[in-house]
Amino acid sequence: MEVLVVDYGAGNLASVMKALRAVGASPVIGAGAEAVAGAAAIVIPGVGHFSQTTSIDDRARDAIRVAIAGGVPVLGICLGLQWLFDGSDEAPAVAGLGVFNGRCFDLGSDRGQTGVRLGSDQGQTTRGVGTDPDRANLLAHRSDPGLTLVEPQSDPSLTPVEPRSDPGLTPLKVPHVGWNTVDSTGRSSRLLDAIPPSSFAYFTHTYAAPVVDDTVATTTHGAAFTAVVERGRVFGAQFHPEKSGDAGLRLLANFVRIAAGAR
Amino acid sequence: MLARRIIACLDVRDGRVVKGVNFRDLRGAGDAAELAARYNAEGIDELIFLDISATLESRRAMSRTITAIAAQLFIPLAAGGGIRSLEDAKAALDAGADKVSINSAALLHPQLITTLAATYGSQAVLVAIDARGSARQGAYDVLSRAGTHLESIDAVAWAREAADRGAGEILLTSIDRDGTRAGFDCALTAAVSTAVRIPVIASGGAGALDHFADVFTAGRADAALAASIFHDGDYSVRDLKRSLAAQGIPVRLDS
Repeated sequence: MEVLVVDYGAGNLASVMKALRAVGASPVIGAGAEAVAGAAAIVIPGVGHFSQTTSIDDRARDAIRVAIAGGVPVLGICLGLQWLFDGSDEAPAVAGLGVFNGRCFDLGSDRGQTGVRLGSDQGQTTRGVGTDPDRANLLAHRSDPGLTLVEPQSDPSLTPVEPRSDPGLTPLKVPHVGWNTVDSTGRSSRLLDAIPPSSFAYFTHTYAAPVVDDTVATTTHGAAFTAVVERGRVFGAQFHPEKSGDAGLRLLANFVRIAAGAR
Repeated sequence: MLARRIIACLDVRDGRVVKGVNFRDLRGAGDAAELAARYNAEGIDELIFLDISATLESRRAMSRTITAIAAQLFIPLAAGGGIRSLEDAKAALDAGADKVSINSAALLHPQLITTLAATYGSQAVLVAIDARGSARQGAYDVLSRAGTHLESIDAVAWAREAADRGAGEILLTSIDRDGTRAGFDCALTAAVSTAVRIPVIASGGAGALDHFADVFTAGRADAALAASIFHDGDYSVRDLKRSLAAQGIPVRLDS
């Protein structure tokens, strides 16, 4: 089963390629409308800043839409999942594909921590990098001891860093890095077929997609967010199946099997 | 709930684990890969490979080791030791590491953190800090070059700066505790972990199962790293995780 892995300059593709091979697929790296148009299955991987998705040009974007409309299975991973939504607070001017409605939000913002999905700043994985004007806000935010230390606060507006992660009084750590549980919303999922409930998966991200009707599994880090989304043959995983041990490999195997059945 | 991570550190020289390996059934050559497979089977959450000689030849050997391990294991792998430039980091990541750990080079050229984060993303950049109790009351000094050189910056301040420059995680080693098996330095770990919003990996001093529980509670660590306690076979990763789970600390325990 040949699987196109879309290369848009967002991180190392080697581990995704390796994991797809491990589940019996034949991954090929490609970019651009022609590669997409000929693909029998498409994986959109990626770690990085939402603005990097602009490397997927308009023709390739249209080709992906056509592929989805034609029933070609598509799996977005991490940033790839986020791109399947309308957009992200990380790069407000950049449109996502809009297959799923909703806007990705910063888990580390007070909005994210209270579960309200409104704007904020801070790059997903290029945090601390670049010339983004919002960067100054981030630095001010981070260097304010009232916001970064867990100390008694008198001003309620200055308490976004509530101790939320047990045990201890540690501030919510962002990026969300590590193994967290993937909890079914109760909706049936072909992508999660035969994966035990509340399996652990490996995450590393700052922004996250809201929980929507098509969300089949959620994870909570401060706020609840979409861990796995699925509609028809369009799938997304916020975690990295290629780094999530047996559960991750099973997810990829499910995707490849669905793709093989769709031909 | 986000699990507290248990990370095994493999000190590698010329492709072989060199520190405190006492497994009876290990063959000589390739023991890094064997250890990695064993830890993976026991449920390790992540592996870090440190090239302790950090010569070019040794690093090439470690690259081959990482490539071999990455082909078999689908968990996060980090590599460190002698990574001084974007090119060094690229070689490690190309070999199959997901993250690189930088220490002395980051102190010498803090912009390296930013460069690596801009190129590979913060999730790929671990800043390792070797710290010890300072003559300044309640403060911690930073040492570089394998603990031989005293830096002028305070450990908490350096952790903050590293985070602001784009580090994705801090790997914090207590020089006072390293190799002592007397337990993690919980005061140091808590001081850093509450000062930054990125995850902090505690290292140095693990000698008993309870030490891990201590560093996850009093030390407020997001992850804990150990080497010889696992290598020597005193405790398995599974033993440790069961012990932590029994104390209500969230860990990844499949099956």
